[in-house]
Amino acid sequence: MAGVTLRGLRKSFAGTEVIRGIDLDIPDSRFTVFVGPSGCGKSTLLRLIAGLEDPSAGSVLIDGDAVDHLPPAKRGIAMVFQSYALYPHMTVYDNMAFGLKLARHGRQAIRERVHRAASILQVEPLLSRKPRELSGGQRQRVAIGRAIVRDPRVFLFDEPLSNLDAALRVQMRLELTRLQAELEGTMVYVTHDQVEAMTLGHRIVVLNNGAVEQAGSPLELYHRPRNLFVAGFIGSPRMNFLAASLAGVGGDTATVALAGGGRLAVPAAPGKVRPGQRVTLGVRPEHLNAAGEGDLRLDGIVLVAERLGSETYLYVRLADGQEVTVKAAGDTSIQSGDQVPVGIRGGACHLFGDDGAALVPTDVQSGEAGPPAS
Amino acid sequence: MGRNIRRVAARTGFYLLVGVIVFYTVFPFYWAVVSSLKTGSALFNVNLIPARPAWGNYVAVFTQQPFGRNILNSVIVASATVAVSLVLAVTASYALGRIRFRGRSTLLMVILAVSMFPQVAVLSGMFELIRTLGLYNNLAGLIVSYLIMTLPFTVWVLTTFMRELPRELEEAAMVDGASPWQIMTRVFLPLLGPAMVTTGLLAFIAAWNEFLFALTFTLTNDMRTVPVAIALISGASSFESPWGRIMAASVIVTVPLILLVLVFQRRIVSGLTTGAVKG
Amino acid sequence: MAFNEPPVPPPARPSSLARQRVRAAYLFVAPMLVLLAAVDGYPLLRTIFFSFTDAHLGALEAYRFVGLANFRALVQDPVWWQAVWNTVIFAAVSVSLEMVLGVAVALVLNAHMRGRGMLRAAVLIPWAIPTVVSAKMWGWMYNDLYGVINHVLTAAGLIGHPLAWTADPHLALGAVIAVDVWKTTPFVALLALAALQMLPTEIYEAARVDGIHPAKVFFRVTLPLISPALVVAAVFRLLDALRVFDLIYVLTSNSRSTMSMSVYARQQLVDFRDVGYGSAAATLVFAVVAVTTVVFITLSRIRLED
Repeated sequence: MAGVTLRGLRKSFAGTEVIRGIDLDIPDSRFTVFVGPSGCGKSTLLRLIAGLEDPSAGSVLIDGDAVDHLPPAKRGIAMVFQSYALYPHMTVYDNMAFGLKLARHGRQAIRERVHRAASILQVEPLLSRKPRELSGGQRQRVAIGRAIVRDPRVFLFDEPLSNLDAALRVQMRLELTRLQAELEGTMVYVTHDQVEAMTLGHRIVVLNNGAVEQAGSPLELYHRPRNLFVAGFIGSPRMNFLAASLAGVGGDTATVALAGGGRLAVPAAPGKVRPGQRVTLGVRPEHLNAAGEGDLRLDGIVLVAERLGSETYLYVRLADGQEVTVKAAGDTSIQSGDQVPVGIRGGACHLFGDDGAALVPTDVQSGEAGPPAS
Repeated sequence: MGRNIRRVAARTGFYLLVGVIVFYTVFPFYWAVVSSLKTGSALFNVNLIPARPAWGNYVAVFTQQPFGRNILNSVIVASATVAVSLVLAVTASYALGRIRFRGRSTLLMVILAVSMFPQVAVLSGMFELIRTLGLYNNLAGLIVSYLIMTLPFTVWVLTTFMRELPRELEEAAMVDGASPWQIMTRVFLPLLGPAMVTTGLLAFIAAWNEFLFALTFTLTNDMRTVPVAIALISGASSFESPWGRIMAASVIVTVPLILLVLVFQRRIVSGLTTGAVKG
Repeated sequence: MAFNEPPVPPPARPSSLARQRVRAAYLFVAPMLVLLAAVDGYPLLRTIFFSFTDAHLGALEAYRFVGLANFRALVQDPVWWQAVWNTVIFAAVSVSLEMVLGVAVALVLNAHMRGRGMLRAAVLIPWAIPTVVSAKMWGWMYNDLYGVINHVLTAAGLIGHPLAWTADPHLALGAVIAVDVWKTTPFVALLALAALQMLPTEIYEAARVDGIHPAKVFFRVTLPLISPALVVAAVFRLLDALRVFDLIYVLTSNSRSTMSMSVYARQQLVDFRDVGYGSAAATLVFAVVAVTTVVFITLSRIRLED
């Protein structure tokens, strides 16, 4: 298995720059997920790695070899498409064997490889069927099987689960995770669904507007978002953002004055903060409570209570007009119209400056990181 | 109460309109059939249904001129033209429909423009060409001249069909290592069956109906195609047209065409509209 | 994650995939182009060439250059101008009638009713019939002695005596136009129907809920939405009508009152054997169609770009 390196990659389409200078190291034998809103360039990036698009500048290296001049078939990659892209007039066997036949492998060798891949994905009973006779999940597996048969250095997935229904998607996620562990393959996966990204990826690359916002492990992105965008993108429901200003600095904390009144001590990097500076305070719904517990208490009225059974999300309007989402227990008795005290713990908060960058020390750590100390 | 009456009136009016349309479109053909079954002086009576239907005219069509031969000629010429055009058009349309290259849009415009050429405009040049090739009064000469309209047409229609094939399928083939030729022959061509049938059918009908070149480039009756044969059916004197025979010939030629069109109705309609509406 | 290295220069040329495809594209297009140039381009150029000579059908090799003499003679020939006039009238009236009737028929076809398939099949019949055959069928119906049209009209008292529809200079062009309308309305109707069927039905449901009168819905909503397709159909039909030959020749032969530009050109070329003069006429026909085509392509490009 091989790693992928992107250096100074740029891509423009008809005058619009879609990829704006990306430098990225994709580790081998790991599951890396490109995630971001639509139009952020994640699919384009994948296609640049595949060789289906040419970069306007920069280069792509697979396992240290520059592959820019190579067509997709010679890069040692295999791709699973969103629509599976199975050849409709060929049987499952022929679909999986097509690439090998074109490369003129022997009939015996082809049969062995196809059967091996088919057994990994449990599609052996389907080998003589045509794609139109298969269900969505089966087609997906055949598409993955076709990729496995190529014995690639890197697997590329372009939103492969988007066309499946919710239950099937969850099941396929588990299978993909198991597959990656079994094959120890380098997998680059594109999705717009941050839940998929969080559950599948060893490493997540958050893209926005053609640039990398942050790359790291899922929990790293969750606990230590480097900017407003990542903080708001990862985690559902979205992190709450409150307008505030810096009242004072001391040690590794800063005192923040909320626009709607109240002060809070929040972890901050000493060199980055100045008193009077306008900041955004970020705190996740699951780190708020509706019982007023914590360092600061803000009163508000519940607009809507979304009961999911396992938890309840309260949409609360605070006194100053700002709205926050608070996670409460599934069996809470709070309902819309109630007045609730929203409790915030300073230690669980994030601080973002005027430019959206997080005002916390930026350690470049990969691997599992726990929640910030309270 | 008034609403119901209005609705009934509207509905009757509508079906009346439908009736008028059907009458308008079908009557001339019906009249031709009826006339073809009238022999001798029966033609001079305007009866909606022939008093004594007879097949005399139909027999005369085949005995008084080599009509069977004419039909064969039309079949040969139309089939050959369509076959040659399809083969060349398939490869060209793959390039025009799916590969971005410099001059593509200009080329498409040129092809569209060529299909708009008045046939008259190439008549003298074509005549010289055919004579130089020794193909005057020869079916091969007609085939060559027919390419002027079937080639652009098939390229244009097949290009629109090619454009509609899914991109991801082509990309999967690229990842699998297929060259453009292999993509075209092993991935797209199998999917183009219906499109080829439609295009071929439309081109066949156009070639079958062609008149000007067939009129100008053939001399003898045995080389003529059906449209020319029908146009030139003449009677005993130069002032008298054997209308019964003409109608019989018309019916003979039209019935298979109508059947063809009815059977392939959906395909034909989609082919025509794909080229024009979406093209 | 960022490398502290000097920026990498852009790739010198497109990847081999892109290059391979472009190369294949040229190869794929070449045979078709070569044939097209030989069969289309060359004869056209030759015809234009001949229009500057005095070539004769009997001896095509022996010709002299006569410059613009043919064109000058053409412009002074009243028969030519009659042909031009006939063609213009024919095109204008036919296309207009076909568009209106075609849309009307399409509206009927679009309505949900039993036997819709049969209606559509019936409507296709005029289109399926070869032009020559249509001309002959209608020629028989128009016949001044035994034609059914004269018979019905006289019996209904609408005319006093049988009319010579295809011979009478006042009636012939109209008779020809009627046949063309009959033959081509199906084509327009099918195109209009396809355009109608691509419209989202929600607009109509919303209009019905709002209680808007169907005629207003048609003119304010439907028509504007299908007009792009209609314009395309109209342009195609117009270009076809400008080069009309078959119908006019078979129905009315070389009669002056109906001859189109194409009929005129061919008559000069084949009947009068004057290749030079006939080619000049043919070149003018080509010029008329070409100019019209270019005008419309430019107009549509302009519209596409803004």
